[in-house]
Amino acid sequence: MSGTTRDLTEASSTVDTSSFGDRRHLLTVSDLERPEIEQLLELTDTFVEVSNRAIPKVPALRGRTVVTLFFEDSTRTRLSFETAAKRLSADTMSFAVSSSSVNKGESVRDTIETIEAMGIDAVVVRHKSSGVPAQIAGWTNAAVINAGDGWHQHPTQALLDAYTLRSHLGSLDGVRISIVGDVKHSRVARSDIEVFTKLGAEVTLVAPPTLLPPSTAPWDVRVSHDFDSVVGSTDVCYLLRMQRERMTEALVPTLREYTAHYGLTSARADRLPDGALIMHPGPMNRGVEIAGEVADRPNAVITEQVANGVAVRMAVLFLVLGPGRASGAKNEISSNGAG
Amino acid sequence: MAERERRMTRPYGGVFVARTQVMDAADIHRALRRMAHEVIEHNHGHEEIVLVGLQTGGVEMAHALATVIEEIEELEEGEPGVPVGTLDVALYRDDIGIRPVLPEEVTDIPVDLDGRVVVLVDDVLFTGRTIRAALDAVCDYGRPRAVQLAVMVDRGHRELPIRPDYVGKNLPTRRNELVDVTMSGVQLGELQKQ
Repeated sequence: MSGTTRDLTEASSTVDTSSFGDRRHLLTVSDLERPEIEQLLELTDTFVEVSNRAIPKVPALRGRTVVTLFFEDSTRTRLSFETAAKRLSADTMSFAVSSSSVNKGESVRDTIETIEAMGIDAVVVRHKSSGVPAQIAGWTNAAVINAGDGWHQHPTQALLDAYTLRSHLGSLDGVRISIVGDVKHSRVARSDIEVFTKLGAEVTLVAPPTLLPPSTAPWDVRVSHDFDSVVGSTDVCYLLRMQRERMTEALVPTLREYTAHYGLTSARADRLPDGALIMHPGPMNRGVEIAGEVADRPNAVITEQVANGVAVRMAVLFLVLGPGRASGAKNEISSNGAG
Repeated sequence: MAERERRMTRPYGGVFVARTQVMDAADIHRALRRMAHEVIEHNHGHEEIVLVGLQTGGVEMAHALATVIEEIEELEEGEPGVPVGTLDVALYRDDIGIRPVLPEEVTDIPVDLDGRVVVLVDDVLFTGRTIRAALDAVCDYGRPRAVQLAVMVDRGHRELPIRPDYVGKNLPTRRNELVDVTMSGVQLGELQKQ
């Protein structure tokens, strides 16, 4: 056997970090390609297993510091990120605008530079304006993770939705997904559409014209204004929250009329094909976009989405902080995707 | 396990060029048989034992060892066999951040480890750092009565005070050499960069 060769590249294909390995930030799903998304979802399996243990904690990110910097209200996303960081043994600091110097007029940039001076490895940012996380990425050496910016993006939500679907359906190829409701103001919808279509799903947007963006041309989606014609032929019904806080103009006559046409009522839910999944990013307005009873049905995977959120965020934190980067070598690493 | 680290070290891949065949399939099987006898002798039977294969090289080895132990102990159909678990220690490594480390497979420990004897199984024992990580990981799953270590090849160059309890073959190596272990044999060679 002397002198024979064996190619080890094949054996190592499952651990190839080259796709995600150089990524410093997670700012938008637009620059994630299908193999990267699939790698992340595969990695999430490991963290689901960690979360199910008696002691759900591993020392992977010991000594790293993760800051949650939320300029906008949130309970589940912030708690989810903090839980994820703690399960990886990272230290967490949280920053709430209401009790911070931002109220004294400190700028975002000064805030970031102040926090960074304390020594941090990752910042999880939510802001009401689109693009703030990308801007922050240019100001700091820490890894920046977008936890929602304006109407723009909410990458980890889309990834956890894709993971939830994958765990039920195996693959998203050819799966018919209806995204129903306020697409216009929804960063969740923008991120979901991109991730779902990249993974091969057929996405239909269902909304009144006033709740759709001016153009849906950049996306490979169908658009319908008639929920009843779609509901019988959908494998996944993804409901969006009516974002009353972002609605400054009268886009629907009344919430009751919206519910009558675009809410997932009990009658509509009965018409869904067998095994169709019902999803919602939360927080739900029961009785508006989804009937209270429907949200508690066995095929509603809404709480599962939340549970998977922790594991997906562990995978994201591990990928941006973990493999192949020494904390001392921060400055050598170019800010890939920081645009 | 050292081999796994190398495969994951940048630049990825490379071609393993075998120089010497050290063991063939029959040698591997004979070594497994002897190790199985030693495991049973040392533990006065198989009842308390849980085999845990380290991802990825140790998994096949652990299953093979369990099969041999069950043969030797002449277990009947339906009798509980020797449980085999798998462990991915990537999240416990001390070199996360120094070199690329990603979990390869999901850890699967099928039984409660409290009070049992865990035999960690791996293909190659090199620096001992993987085993150090595995000890940490095992302790997160329970409190075994004892933890033992079985490896097919001990190639030396330890960096930690760790020693194996059951060894297929002691193989003196140079640090830059590569040991490739499969069920069909053991080869010594080098990794050639592409």
